[in-house]
Amino acid sequence: METNFLEQLTELLEMETTVKPADKFREYENWDSLAYLSLISFVDEEYGIVIPRDEFGKMNTVQDIIDYIKNNS
Amino acid sequence: MAVFKHHGVGISGMAAAVPKEVYNNYTDNPNFSPEDAKAIVDKTGIFERRIAGSDTCASDLAYAAATKLLSSGQFEPEHTDVLIFVTQTPDYRMPATGILMQSRLNLPKSCAAFDINLGCSGFVFGLNLAYTLAAQPAIRNVMLINAETRSKVYSFKDRQTGFLFGDAATAFMISKDSTLGESVFKLDSDGEKGNYIMAKSGGYRNPSTPDSYIEKLQDDGGFHSDEQGYMDGAGVFEFVITQVPRSVKDTLGLAGMQKENIDYFVFHQANRFMNDHLIRKLKLDAEKVPYCLHRFGNTSSVSIPLTMVTELDDKLKEPKQLLISGFGVGLSLGSATIPINNPFILPLVEI
Repeated sequence: METNFLEQLTELLEMETTVKPADKFREYENWDSLAYLSLISFVDEEYGIVIPRDEFGKMNTVQDIIDYIKNNS
Repeated sequence: MAVFKHHGVGISGMAAAVPKEVYNNYTDNPNFSPEDAKAIVDKTGIFERRIAGSDTCASDLAYAAATKLLSSGQFEPEHTDVLIFVTQTPDYRMPATGILMQSRLNLPKSCAAFDINLGCSGFVFGLNLAYTLAAQPAIRNVMLINAETRSKVYSFKDRQTGFLFGDAATAFMISKDSTLGESVFKLDSDGEKGNYIMAKSGGYRNPSTPDSYIEKLQDDGGFHSDEQGYMDGAGVFEFVITQVPRSVKDTLGLAGMQKENIDYFVFHQANRFMNDHLIRKLKLDAEKVPYCLHRFGNTSSVSIPLTMVTELDDKLKEPKQLLISGFGVGLSLGSATIPINNPFILPLVEI
């Protein structure tokens, strides 16, 4: 799941280099409210999980997102 | 559970009106750089909107649509026994705009006219009530008007809302029709999320003050006054993608239908990104899901009937089964399966 997720996230956020689990995604230059909606939508479609906003607010790294998906699949 | 079933009643006439003036979202908003505007507009899919002039109220758009319908020769105006006016942009705080519209349209004083204060779910809630009242033995026709000048509610400087909303009105006639089968409505409310979409000042909880009219950077990152509407886009998105698919599935189940039984799914025209997500999540055939938001924007409660008039006009000549779903401010959510059989449809009126 993880490699696939990283690749898809890279594409989704239109990043030039592949995102890494330790990245603090909020510090990406491309991170904004539209990117947030794209991410929530993508995770819902791909994994059938709608990450609640409160939960998402606690996440800082790409790994946090991966962990949430794993724990809620 | 607010589930309603109706038989032998349906939409017999449809008219819509929009302002003539076209607002191009890519080029006409001076508050954003062309790059910023493009990023937002590409995502929302709202390329153009119609914006009412400062002297044009929602009721003026409604009048343009309703008067065409009443003068079409298809309906006896004096048989309009009920007038339901759905709006959150009324002429006055009182009296209700629908009552003034009774007089303006020369409808009889024996007509029951009133307003419903709902936004994006308002067509579904209004239609359910119209069907209920039209089934009464003494009632001949019910006119359901949805009218909004939503562009006046939001700041064009606000990133979340400054590109979304357009102005429009529709006037639908609801009548008995023994050829029509069952309609099923399911209506839900979630007032706990009332602050997700709100115009905070100007009511009696937070009366207007000089300060409430000042557009400023807000704690939520938006740029608007307290008189203007704000939207928690992320919260609304989460609500919609979790609750709307459930509402659609529940309504189909209550109607004893599968999605294959539905000819067209007409959703509230919120924004392209969210609506496309709904289509994929519900695994709907995109051909069955008409859009008008690219031309008219999010017109709140008008968006479903406006889509029916502008996108389905020539497709409703044969009997069809529609599923409609409206969702938004409240938060409020309603879905319905409605059969429709060759209603009288007027071409879009531009004023």
